[in-house]
Amino acid sequence: MRHGWIILLLGTALATGVPAQPATQTDARRSGFDFMGSAVQAMQRDDALNPAMLWVKQGETLWQAAAGASGKSCASCHGAAGSLRGVAARYPAFDTALQRPVNLAQRINLCRQNRQLAEPWRLESQDLLSLESFIALQSRGLPMAPPADARLQAFVERGRARYQQRLGQLNLSCAQCHDQRWGQRLGGTVIPQAHPTGYPLYRLEWQGLGSLQRRLRNCLSGVRAQPWPYGAQELVELELYLAAQARGMVLESPAVRP
Amino acid sequence: MAHTLIKVPASARRGEIIAISTIIGHPMETGFRPGADGRILPRNIIQRFTCHYNDELVFSAELFPAIAANPLIAFHTVATTSGTLRFSWEGDQGFRHTESVSIEVT
Repeated sequence: MRHGWIILLLGTALATGVPAQPATQTDARRSGFDFMGSAVQAMQRDDALNPAMLWVKQGETLWQAAAGASGKSCASCHGAAGSLRGVAARYPAFDTALQRPVNLAQRINLCRQNRQLAEPWRLESQDLLSLESFIALQSRGLPMAPPADARLQAFVERGRARYQQRLGQLNLSCAQCHDQRWGQRLGGTVIPQAHPTGYPLYRLEWQGLGSLQRRLRNCLSGVRAQPWPYGAQELVELELYLAAQARGMVLESPAVRP
Repeated sequence: MAHTLIKVPASARRGEIIAISTIIGHPMETGFRPGADGRILPRNIIQRFTCHYNDELVFSAELFPAIAANPLIAFHTVATTSGTLRFSWEGDQGFRHTESVSIEVT
């Protein structure tokens, strides 16, 4: 809470399209935004140039569309999407019924199953990414605020351990690149600090929108490890740890990355 | 239905050069890539983009298989009179999408 007011001021600035900035002057953390070229930064700054907005538009349609046996849409219960402002900034969060953390995509699917009585969407499907990007947009400009939930502590610790564990045939941990060598180059690309502030985001390489889990699975196959499947507990724990590391940084979703 | 993002200034002075940008959600499938089953995915690209300013053609572009998905096309034109800018995308498999945006010239 000590520097909460600073974050709030920056958050207000962000809402008008100012690029991501560290939470304070002394904060050494940098968003992936700061590592990319000015052309891609310009794409993210301007909603008319940001291709992720195509998914947001679809998400807005889905928000209003009735689904499942209940005949209810998201809007039937939640009203205007603005009521979800801040939600994306605090996921993954602990689900009491499941007794484990769930990320925003899984949360949407739980709502579909339990409230709308509809089939859950396949993880990483276009519909799910669209609705997720629309919900994430509502929190753009807010500081990342992972919940201070004691029940999450063990999961965060497991995520931390996995972040530091060497994996794959290349025998590399996340930390070796993203903590110890950020700012250096891997091939032609600058290694960022691995702060998950813009997901789901449009990656030019993907020519489409993708989730943080897709990005994590990319890195896993990059070190020649066998990637965990979408929705795996291991990936959610990594997401939790990354969110904890990025606490207070400004949410940029839906971002653009090269 | 395809989604589009179009940026046109709402108003301009007569004779002013205005910047226009458009993005359309489209896979731009090249026709060279195999799908998950190993078979070549049929080509599905946008072939032609046009912009009419009050029914006068002011900009057009031919698109080819090497152009990335969700193509962004940006160009300039001169604001002449108030009216409508009509954008059309046409492509494989009968794809056709049109959007109109009005502009006020003072």
